[in-house]
Amino acid sequence: MGIFDKIFRQLGRGEPWGVHPDEHKRPASEAPIRTLPVPPLLYIPFSQHVGAAAEPIVHVGQKVLKGECLAVAKGTISAPVHASTSGEIIAIGPITAPHPSGLEIMAITLRSDMEDRWLPLEAIVDPLAAAPEVLARQVADAGIVGLGGATFPASVKLGLGRRSGIKTLILNGSECEPYLSCDDRLMRERADGVIRGAVLMRHATGAREVRIGIEDNKPEAIVAMRAAAAGVADVSICVVPARYPMGSDRQLIIELTGIEVPAEARAADVGVLVHNVGTAHAIHQAIDLGRPLVSRVMTLNGAALRQPGNYEVLIGTVVDDLIAFSGGMRNTPARLVMGGPMMGQVLPSPLVPVVKGCSGILALSAEEVAQGEPGPCIRCGSCTKACPVGLLPLEMNARIAAGALDGAVGLGLHDCIGCGCCAYVCPSHIPLVQAFNHAKGELAAQARIRQRNEATRKLAQARTERLEREAREKAEAAARRAAERKAQKARDAASAAPEQANSEGAPA
Amino acid sequence: MLIAVISLTTLGVVLGTLLGLASRHFRVEGNPVVAEVESLMPGSNCGQCGFPGCAGAAAAIVNGNAQPTCCPPGGKALAQAVAARLGLSLDLSTVADAGPQLAMVAEEICIGCCRCIKSCPSDAILGGAKQIHNVLREACNGCASCIERCPTGAIGLKPVPVTLQNWVWPNPTSA
Amino acid sequence: MTATTEILLLLLSTALVNNVVLVKFLGLCPALGVSKNMDAALGMGLATTFVITLASALCWMLDHWLLARFGLGFLRILTFILVIAAAVQFVEMVIRKTSPGLYQSLGIYLPLITTNCAVLGVALLNVQQNAGFMKSVLYGFGSALGFTLVMLIFAGLRERLALARVPAAFTGAPSAFITISLLSLAFMGFSGLIS
Repeated sequence: MGIFDKIFRQLGRGEPWGVHPDEHKRPASEAPIRTLPVPPLLYIPFSQHVGAAAEPIVHVGQKVLKGECLAVAKGTISAPVHASTSGEIIAIGPITAPHPSGLEIMAITLRSDMEDRWLPLEAIVDPLAAAPEVLARQVADAGIVGLGGATFPASVKLGLGRRSGIKTLILNGSECEPYLSCDDRLMRERADGVIRGAVLMRHATGAREVRIGIEDNKPEAIVAMRAAAAGVADVSICVVPARYPMGSDRQLIIELTGIEVPAEARAADVGVLVHNVGTAHAIHQAIDLGRPLVSRVMTLNGAALRQPGNYEVLIGTVVDDLIAFSGGMRNTPARLVMGGPMMGQVLPSPLVPVVKGCSGILALSAEEVAQGEPGPCIRCGSCTKACPVGLLPLEMNARIAAGALDGAVGLGLHDCIGCGCCAYVCPSHIPLVQAFNHAKGELAAQARIRQRNEATRKLAQARTERLEREAREKAEAAARRAAERKAQKARDAASAAPEQANSEGAPA
Repeated sequence: MLIAVISLTTLGVVLGTLLGLASRHFRVEGNPVVAEVESLMPGSNCGQCGFPGCAGAAAAIVNGNAQPTCCPPGGKALAQAVAARLGLSLDLSTVADAGPQLAMVAEEICIGCCRCIKSCPSDAILGGAKQIHNVLREACNGCASCIERCPTGAIGLKPVPVTLQNWVWPNPTSA
Repeated sequence: MTATTEILLLLLSTALVNNVVLVKFLGLCPALGVSKNMDAALGMGLATTFVITLASALCWMLDHWLLARFGLGFLRILTFILVIAAAVQFVEMVIRKTSPGLYQSLGIYLPLITTNCAVLGVALLNVQQNAGFMKSVLYGFGSALGFTLVMLIFAGLRERLALARVPAAFTGAPSAFITISLLSLAFMGFSGLIS
């Protein structure tokens, strides 16, 4: 490293990015994971992942076993969904989605028979000797998606890692969101499974080493993981400072490897792949036990709850059932959030199912969601300091408010990771990240319309060409027929003439 | 007096000749801007703007006889693209953009006359004689040219349904 | 004083101290009209620079070789306008050919350079000062540089102003006028720059 490089690095350091919100992780993080009993009804959406929705292969009235495939992946970026318990399918249709819009989503309604009988499971014997493709196939068939919340199909990511020749596999155990502690509990209680998953993923991706990043506010998890990783070659536990959003893949990559993923590039492009620790555990279960992803560990937290804690929940369980099992509400929550308080989605009602990417359900009391009235921007620059990717949130917001979305894009709107640090630190309570989410959606909508216009133009062109061709063919056919008729007439005339000459006076 | 008249006349003649030569030398064939704007338009020639086809609308927009917002199928996105290309400032809040629309066939009154099929500029309607027609969502751009052709009023425009895939966060009222 | 410093001083004094827009208040129409975004402002500035420089040279030649020789001083404004109009027409044709985008964005303002009083004003001031040919051209060029500079500064300010929340009564032209008057006050600070 040259001297100038050093100087610039020193100059550029300044205040660290990110924020330190109140953690609120205790007491939920101190109670062991409890398993939720099988609920009577489960609602399993087809689309619980990024990409195309899965296609159902079952019919109403069909009896299914736990782990049976209900819908198969459709297209390259997709994932199947499985029955979370044994029972009967009583409906396939729209239900309210676990999404702030409150729109509908297609889902399978499963009535549990309370027996919870597994399908005969097929594990891979000696997976480390098997081809990486076999492991990836098994992961794909198990319907595993990124359990940190991004819900990107895990097998696609494994294949991507293999193709682009990654060197480092990073397991994300930072869990930087306040309130959540499911990854913490998972690492404390099932450290062996996580490490086993990491080894399997290393084999599937061909990575050389595995680094597991854990924030320094989880000392018990660090101890447990270190113990489990002892003696496993090339798997190291890296302690990272507790700071939000350390769990964002780009930030964790910088912290652990010093590499910054360029804008518009993926982590795999710089030889790194990031997976969540929960995903690693699920991959271990899929490969060593043959179990598809039918349940996950998640946090139930918030001041409105009687008994916060971590639960192993079947996918498709209604949030209301989960809360009732945990001991119910202390008082009506001001807001129900799926995920963490910083990036989570507000739920329209408690009558929505838990999906694969749901890391927690927060029932926040009025004091916890207290929100100031937005005031004018005082240009203090707090948001600029907090932004982990070095954007200018106040400038982007000014442009979005003035309707100049292109101006915001020029300032790097597409590099915004939507972490919400800017809105969190804003002393004027300006809803910055909300504005960016809106602008991103608006830009995506415009892109869709442009695409549609483009498609229409192609179709219109094809039609014009077809009409011209048809007209030409018609004209040609008409000309041909006319020529034939003419020739026929000429022939007739020619053959008629001698006849006429022979039999004169006979009617023609 | 005479000198003044002569010198002014000479000046005028010389400058006029120069300009005449220049206009010949720098003549622009057609208007490249019109062609560029036309390439932005949907190209379905649906005629909702009131001009003969997309080429006509493009020329009218460039010449200032029409607003960039005159194309209903193109919507806000097109208006913005055109305005950006022409350097016009646009007040989008006044644009009555009902969002993307789709044609829908009311199956119970469709008589299968095939008239709409012939009028569709993007071949988005399927069906045969005496068969109920249907609209291909992916191909329809909501240009409405089929609507007046339908003898029974079975075709209508409906906004594209909002799904989780195309839902957009509402704008927080902020500044 | 060497020739270089003299040229530099002349350019400075015309561009900053005697700025056409902010000190002499010439050419306000395009300064307010085409200053909504930087690109158009730069295009307008460059086109005007070309026209003013060309017009200063042409008008000097016209004045010295024709008007002064035949004692036709009373025809000055008439002939200057004729020459300037022709020059603008010429520039318009060239821009239309070489840069259709700029042509479109300048729109109505391009022909307006014809009636841009800065162009005629600079030419007339040249005659008043009895300047030589080179000095006239430099004077024109410096003034035009000052015009471009103001266009750019003002467009930059207006681009930011468009994002700010101002009371409804002040949006658009009122805030633009306030801004340009403040800018004008700022340029008065240059008045003691060259003694």
